[in-house]
Amino acid sequence: MTTFDFLLQGLAVAMDPMILFYALIGVTLGTAVGVLPGIGPALTVALLLPVTYGLDPAGSLIMFAGIYYGGMYGGSTTSILLNTPGESASIVTALEGNKMARAGRGGPALATAAIGSFVAGLLATLALAFLAPYVVKLALVFGPREYFALMLLAFVTVSAAFGDSTLKGLTSLFIGLSLALVGIDQLTGQARLSFGVPELLDGVEVTTLAVALFAIGEALFVASQGNVGVETVEAVKGSVWMTRADWARSWKPWLRGTAIGFPIGAMPAGGAEIGTLLSYATEKRLAKNPEEFGHGAIEGVAGPEAANNASAAGTLVPLLTLGLPTSATAAILLAGFQQFGLQPGPLLFATSPQLVWGLIASLLIANVMLLVLNLPMIRLWVKLLTIPRHWLYAGILLFSTLGTIGMNPSPVELGMLLIFGVMGFLMRLYGYPIAPVVVGLILGPMAEQQLRRALSISQGDWTTLVSTPVAAGILLVAALALIVPLVMRLRGKGAVLAQIASDED
Amino acid sequence: MKHTLLGAVFAAAFAVPAFAGDYMIMAPAAPGGGWDSTARSMQEVMQAEGISASVQVQNVPGAGGTVGLAQFASTTSGDASQLIVGGYVMVGAILTNESPVSLADVTPIARLTGEAVGIAVSASSPIQNINELIEMMKADPGSVSWAGGSAGGVDHITVGLLAKAAGIDPTKINYVAFAGGGEALAAILGNQVTVGISGVGEFLPQVEAGAMRMLAVSTAEKWAGTDAPTLMESGYDVNVQNWRMVAAAPGLSDEQKAAVTADIDKLVNSAGWKSLLETKGWANTYLSGADFDAQLAKEIEATTAVLKDIGLVK
Repeated sequence: MTTFDFLLQGLAVAMDPMILFYALIGVTLGTAVGVLPGIGPALTVALLLPVTYGLDPAGSLIMFAGIYYGGMYGGSTTSILLNTPGESASIVTALEGNKMARAGRGGPALATAAIGSFVAGLLATLALAFLAPYVVKLALVFGPREYFALMLLAFVTVSAAFGDSTLKGLTSLFIGLSLALVGIDQLTGQARLSFGVPELLDGVEVTTLAVALFAIGEALFVASQGNVGVETVEAVKGSVWMTRADWARSWKPWLRGTAIGFPIGAMPAGGAEIGTLLSYATEKRLAKNPEEFGHGAIEGVAGPEAANNASAAGTLVPLLTLGLPTSATAAILLAGFQQFGLQPGPLLFATSPQLVWGLIASLLIANVMLLVLNLPMIRLWVKLLTIPRHWLYAGILLFSTLGTIGMNPSPVELGMLLIFGVMGFLMRLYGYPIAPVVVGLILGPMAEQQLRRALSISQGDWTTLVSTPVAAGILLVAALALIVPLVMRLRGKGAVLAQIASDED
Repeated sequence: MKHTLLGAVFAAAFAVPAFAGDYMIMAPAAPGGGWDSTARSMQEVMQAEGISASVQVQNVPGAGGTVGLAQFASTTSGDASQLIVGGYVMVGAILTNESPVSLADVTPIARLTGEAVGIAVSASSPIQNINELIEMMKADPGSVSWAGGSAGGVDHITVGLLAKAAGIDPTKINYVAFAGGGEALAAILGNQVTVGISGVGEFLPQVEAGAMRMLAVSTAEKWAGTDAPTLMESGYDVNVQNWRMVAAAPGLSDEQKAAVTADIDKLVNSAGWKSLLETKGWANTYLSGADFDAQLAKEIEATTAVLKDIGLVK
């Protein structure tokens, strides 16, 4: 039987009304938990696991996968409307998305996120069905040195993409990198900068920092301005739906986001964050009007949102073909498989083809359901912005605090949220960009660990970093991304670069 | 009317935890790991077997369980309905993190399950058996890179013990710690490292699929599901089993402790628990009372010695 036959057979399994029902529950729950900061898809699936012992394995696994996709999508809604990213994968969406929402373009932002998620989910799920065995081979080529090269590439491209001033951007980035040092060093088990506080041993939680800097900092800023000189937020300006121009500007970022998110999601140490960051940087570089970035560019929502959902499908590649969980949610999905006596891995496609193809087919269906469920909701969601500001921000404060405590019930976590909130306020007051802080916290530890792992394996030989074609190639691209703009600027060439430069310096 | 109704709901909500036999189990790890699945398995069986009417699981992840342990020890004193899951990795983490809170600050009840640590290479590796691996380490300890779980955890300790038993300086071992099992597996399968070390259960599916070769297991006897030799059989005096335990709150009276122990005893002897252990591939290593206390003290002492040898504890 060919892959195509299997997929058709899988669709037949997934069309069963009960299975459809499970998929519906999954995407609804997933969207709901994605909207709430702190409660992620991993936690939800873990909580539901014991409930599903008595259920049909196909149905409950499909429900879990629906939660995963739904959660990836739901996180974008609060990012865009309230500037409170619910998951670390939707942090990048907040950057442009919230600016759009405040300019009365919340509707198109939500729509491009929803449709982009759908397009990416669809393409990536098809890629999962047809390319999984090849993608996984590629993913296994990536060892510590290749990951380190990838992290460097992300650093170079991303740090250039943020902020109006290079100095301020770098300052923010280094604040993030310093925060990233807090906690137990993974390779030696020694505590760093934890000052005897046990909660600090695991480092600073990315979502806590993001919610504090984005949401709390902003609420404080708004409060400090009083009623003087407050910019008026228009809930809806122009159409709630995407205009022809929005479509024209969105479709390419969707495709590029998918192409970036899927393979990185499939890598065991990739994850959704890197994909969204790289997609944002790519869109900014390729945009016709890069000066719009930072003020609500639709490309900056479309690309990362597509990357985010494509990476969710990407994560299923190593899970289904090798039994390798590469994200928290995937680890729990794996536990779910094992609960039903199924061992994901090279044999799963052979031993339970019906289940695997049923799962893949119902992901396609879940994807359609998400779109149908969420597009009509947009009109309702944007109403949130018509709530008077003082109520809205009081609500945001409550919402972020509850979310943080819900995720990690400890006074220290709450204290961190408040301290970082004040930090976010001060940074905003003095015009420092906040995104690089979060980027530093996400990428810093990954880069450090991979570099040290690579050096440990090679026993301290630095040439190991360029000893494989993949690693050397990525490093070369990173070097070019750093040097070419410098050289071109020195030669005073290129109107485009002048534009970028005026934006950056 | 509305207020009375609300009042009744609140009263009911507050009254629930007061019923005897209810338990709150803390899993001091993120959802999905070994401690979490132990806690959730306990929850499932205790409810299904009618040992407790309502069991809840709370995840407090971080730092090899020491974050959860610290919170548990400071907030539950005297409350017999509170339980915490832990194990070998926690013993190591308490030592390496210099945690101010240790297992002496809670009331250990029983050891529940055990699992062997497996040593495996990818199928395409030239290493055929454990002796070849040891020879490579003897020639140049640094040239053999080990992929395993967190530093100071049971995997790391096993490598340290093996090196010592083979007469190799344990401080020279090249141990590369990976946070999640998945990433370590990928590094082994992709031949990024020489050899991998982890719970046998993580390797077995890969071995069955022919992607990996199990070189040895760490327990005194062979482990179900693999015919790999034990380290003892191969001539290295190493016997390690990763165990998981349950502890109760500090400051319990003797009666309270006995009641909790009786409930755990019922759990372990139930048919539901036995069939669950089988599906999970965990061995039943139930040990409670004074025997467990003595065993625990011995394990802590031995672990301290190994971690000092590896250079993780001063």
